[in-house]
Amino acid sequence: MELSGAEILVQFLKDEGVEYVFGYPGGSVLHIYDELYKQDEIKHILVRHEQAAAHAADGYARTSGKPGVVLVTSGPGVTNAVTGIATAYMDSIPLVVITGQVPTAVIGSDAFQEVDTVGITRPCSKHNFLVKDVRDLAVTLKKAFHLATTGRPGPVVVDVPKDVTDPNVKIPYSYPETISIRSYNPKVKGNARQIRRAVQLMLSAKRPIVYSGGGVILSGASESLTELARMLEIPVTSTLMGLGGYPATDRQFLGMLGMHGTYEANMAMHECDVLIAIGARFDDRVTGKIEQFCPEARIIHIDIDPASISKTVKVDVPIVGDVDTVLTDMLQLLRSSESRLDPEELKRWWELIDRWRATNCLAYDRESELIKPQMVIEKLWELTAGEAFVTTDVGQHQMWAAQFYKFDKPNRFVTSGGLGTMGFGLPAAMGVKFANPDADVACVTGEGSIQMCIQELSTCFQYMLPLKIVNLNNRYLGMVRQWQEFFYGSRYSHSYMEALPDFVKLAESYGHVGMRIEKPGDIEGALREALALKDRLVFLDFITDQTENVYPMIAAGKAHHEMQMSPKSVLI
Amino acid sequence: MRHIISILIENEAGALSRVAGLFSARGYNIESLSVAPTEDPSLSRMTLVTRGSEEIVEQITKQLNKLVDVVKLQDLTEGAHIEREMMLIKVRVDANGSREEVKRLSDIFRGNVIDVGPTSYVVELTGDGGKLDAFIEALGDIPILETVRCGSMGISRGEKSLRL
Repeated sequence: MELSGAEILVQFLKDEGVEYVFGYPGGSVLHIYDELYKQDEIKHILVRHEQAAAHAADGYARTSGKPGVVLVTSGPGVTNAVTGIATAYMDSIPLVVITGQVPTAVIGSDAFQEVDTVGITRPCSKHNFLVKDVRDLAVTLKKAFHLATTGRPGPVVVDVPKDVTDPNVKIPYSYPETISIRSYNPKVKGNARQIRRAVQLMLSAKRPIVYSGGGVILSGASESLTELARMLEIPVTSTLMGLGGYPATDRQFLGMLGMHGTYEANMAMHECDVLIAIGARFDDRVTGKIEQFCPEARIIHIDIDPASISKTVKVDVPIVGDVDTVLTDMLQLLRSSESRLDPEELKRWWELIDRWRATNCLAYDRESELIKPQMVIEKLWELTAGEAFVTTDVGQHQMWAAQFYKFDKPNRFVTSGGLGTMGFGLPAAMGVKFANPDADVACVTGEGSIQMCIQELSTCFQYMLPLKIVNLNNRYLGMVRQWQEFFYGSRYSHSYMEALPDFVKLAESYGHVGMRIEKPGDIEGALREALALKDRLVFLDFITDQTENVYPMIAAGKAHHEMQMSPKSVLI
Repeated sequence: MRHIISILIENEAGALSRVAGLFSARGYNIESLSVAPTEDPSLSRMTLVTRGSEEIVEQITKQLNKLVDVVKLQDLTEGAHIEREMMLIKVRVDANGSREEVKRLSDIFRGNVIDVGPTSYVVELTGDGGKLDAFIEALGDIPILETVRCGSMGISRGEKSLRL
């Protein structure tokens, strides 16, 4: 079969089983777009800004189990997409980003819409390629999909100069079934000796805790983790990225840990004697002051990325491997062994944890006449029976979503954890909806964040995506305001949002339904109404209490036991 | 502590900048770097000298290994190894005995005079960094016109080799 570069690219995507491409056309990808026009197998989703293409592909990848595919043009197409690529990189999300490039003959001449794509994306992608010869195109694309989806996943960029997709240059094509990259062999199976050591250490623990991260979700290890934790009756806490990896409504779940983690999770971290870190990377928002991190703990760390192990915190039993594979091996050892943790010690540990729990650290004023943002999330959780897919932007609303929407299943919470990208929520929700057309998809956002990719309301109308946008509108950049209140003498420097649009009219002008909710008593009714509108996007503009803060809070540079508590929590 | 890391890396455009970019992005220091293709033209061998605590150097080797283009690496400092630098140094010479002095010094340091001009000599010298420094010191008052040094190259002693 003789095909042109553009035909090869499109045919390859079909052969690879790609269903959706999120993109935006431009000069250097016109040959490719012409091929897309001639077929209907691959559905191209036209976004309104390239950043959104990457976020949408990201949301799709997180909730479909397949890599997200992005197609953008050279120059500004690429630079706009960089935020989305970096977001996916920080959260280890598999994307293949195909970028147009100026023709090879003019690369380096500052041609129109030329940027050094490989140079710009090098530090924020897992790997990248510049395809200089059409004969390398199919193999390079195969390598890109392989790299993106194996090992620690991540975005891979393939830069394709315009002449490489020239419709007049045809070469033989066959789908490369397999490829080998001699320098890339991620370790899947954990070292058997280390696994035995880890199991022994777990069994000897008096105050154990599992600290579970995004790796559990990415590896599909929720079931193994749940079985392990229940078998040994070990409490589980999770990072922001790991939420849903262990059922949040289970008694053994202590909630999220870290800067806005629960009192019980952070205290248990501080007091534990054996820490079992699973697919987590000891991020600064989790560890707090590193010198006082889990001062009495011996640490087991399972991660597929050797560079994540002992990066910030020295661990005692490192295990490099795929989380689910390692946990499966551990379970096998445990099933064939009679020994368990000392039940007396474990009982004492749970009693202590229950005392911490009694602080009711997530309490807030339920009698307020103003809408409390926490209540909105709680109601959303109730009304969707915990089954919705929830995307967020970044800030206070993100933390409240993490604290108050109790995720019992993995891959339901879609948030920019590592990079903290405002503008992520709406386009990510679009990708989630394409992957899960029958599910409820809510984007929890704030009036600051939503305006960073608000143009995607137009995309949502074009493809009739019935998302529910839950805008917690406090007329402030809430998290910035909170830090300014706590640490900058309440000098609210540029954290206010004056001259906001009328979001109801805005939603309507994009062809959607808009609602403004100003009283706590109206929360439930509005959410019910919105969820019942199965085929319409509903923009719910909740006017919330401006002064509400996220609690508990560990200030930057403080340790886990130095939490600032909500005035509503019970002091012990 | 000073570490000398040998890297086999795909001989591809941009591979060097991946390594250099990693060091600048993560704030590691590169004391010297030398790179050239090996007997297998698809591979380059890189010798990189860096300084850092054990934890930092462990991170450096892990991060380097994580680069897709890095095929294999070895921290030469962990075993017996040989290290060499090469220097080309141009000095001003005159009839007042400095010609003889430079030739003599070059012999003592087992260097070669590889260019002789009416008023200048170029000396080629290999050795570890300390030896090259010592040569410069020994030149004393003889004016140096140019110094070119390559980064350190290293290889382990005995059978142990960094190869595919």
